[in-house]
Amino acid sequence: MIDWQPIFLTLKLAGITSLFLLIIGIPLAYWMAYTRNRIKPVLEALIAMPLVLPPTVLGFYLLVLFSKDSPIGQWLDEYLELSLIFSFEGLVLASMIYSLPFMVQPLMAGFSSVPNRIREAARVLGKSSLATLIRVLLPMIRPSIITATILSFAHTMGEFGVVLMIGGSISGETKVASIAIYEQVEKPDYPAAHSYSLILISIAFAILFLVYYINGRKSYNRWEKLG
Amino acid sequence: MGEVRVRLKKSLSGASGLLKLDVAFNLPAGSFTILGGPSGAGKTSILRMIAGLLKPENGEIYVGEQCWYDSKKGIYLKAQKRLQGFVFQDYALFPQMTIAQNLEFAASASQNRAKLQERISQILEMMDLTSLLNRKASSLSGGQQQRVALARAIIRKPPLLLLDEPFAALDPEMRKKMQEYLLKLHREFKLTTLMVSHDQGESINLADTIMMLSEGKIVNQGSPEEVFAHSNLSGKFRFTGEVLSIQASDVVFVVSILVGKNMVKVIVDKNEIDQLSPGDHVMLVSKAFNPIIKKIS
Repeated sequence: MIDWQPIFLTLKLAGITSLFLLIIGIPLAYWMAYTRNRIKPVLEALIAMPLVLPPTVLGFYLLVLFSKDSPIGQWLDEYLELSLIFSFEGLVLASMIYSLPFMVQPLMAGFSSVPNRIREAARVLGKSSLATLIRVLLPMIRPSIITATILSFAHTMGEFGVVLMIGGSISGETKVASIAIYEQVEKPDYPAAHSYSLILISIAFAILFLVYYINGRKSYNRWEKLG
Repeated sequence: MGEVRVRLKKSLSGASGLLKLDVAFNLPAGSFTILGGPSGAGKTSILRMIAGLLKPENGEIYVGEQCWYDSKKGIYLKAQKRLQGFVFQDYALFPQMTIAQNLEFAASASQNRAKLQERISQILEMMDLTSLLNRKASSLSGGQQQRVALARAIIRKPPLLLLDEPFAALDPEMRKKMQEYLLKLHREFKLTTLMVSHDQGESINLADTIMMLSEGKIVNQGSPEEVFAHSNLSGKFRFTGEVLSIQASDVVFVVSILVGKNMVKVIVDKNEIDQLSPGDHVMLVSKAFNPIIKKIS
């Protein structure tokens, strides 16, 4: 019988990360999609960085940043009694940075696909930007919100390098499924590694299938004909 | 409600280089004015500046006593603060909402709920939309969507209604119907209306004043008769009249038109009558014929 704790921990990490990412992703993507600020390409590049960098690079710098030897790590430890290395909280923060592009990019694409006229129509009716966002834009880009959330969830499930660097392998705290697999192979206990791997494969397939199924049913730009 | 006073200046970069927009006009309360002229003349820009969607360089916009924009006083109301109705060419309904939700969303928070419902049902009835109330906006035809857009624009009782080529995307038959709906609304609510249109027939049917714009300036202004009498139609004889009836006769149609006190019959072919129906105000122009003069006294 395998130890299910790493699987549950993985799902918990992915769930919390996706939720937090959604909360910061919506305002960020909204601003990025509609701003004409010159800083936009800089931000776009920064957000996309985790797509191209080895996760170990991100993990390494987070480790340096949050260790007790750095001013930030010291400050967090002293005033918030929060340690972001070798802790679940640290994993959430690292995962959020790591999965940020998977949340922000689909949301941005969604916001950009809404014709300008729609926002103008709300403005000439006297609606504030916030009312327009909540009542008009978010319902319109619902497929993008679902895609972004599920992709962030799935991507967080699959991370390894960042977790290894900043989280290590503490049972029930930072030992997620991908780390557990690595440990079983090192031992070596191939049957256990197989179990974890097959469970991850099933979950990943189910999630991705869900994305394509939902978006296939609800065509992405079904209001495009409205101009 | 009161007169609308507009004076606007702005340099725009258009398809054919820089356009210096410089206009000044008044819209009397309850009037229906059409802004015509070639594309790229700045018509839509004027409408967008009045709506607060485009910022002028200087000038002023007063709606009755209310100041929407005055560059000298440094006043610039955001689009949200201008009580207006605006109809876009491409409808711009909120697609995931039903017709009822579109109209309710459009209402302002300060409107009395009971009176609002009354107003919504009155407008829905006038626009023949009652049966579509629970349909999603995205499931309607173009003509239906534009009717909803028109209804949505006037829910808040704006003193000024702005329309940006609202019927350009519709076929001639539907366009004709929409003109009738618009006239009905205008008669009922006496909204001061400014509409951008390319269509001469539309202008003659709807407007009491026409302003022709060319390269950012108003080049001609007056009643439809006055404006089109000076337009580039090079006809020699020109009368305005009202269509009384249209009768089919073999392959052509006979249109009876009342000109002054006389009835005139004109033969037209099928594609010409598509835009005509009894009650239309039309212009009768003749180019090449030899008038015969007979002394009568």
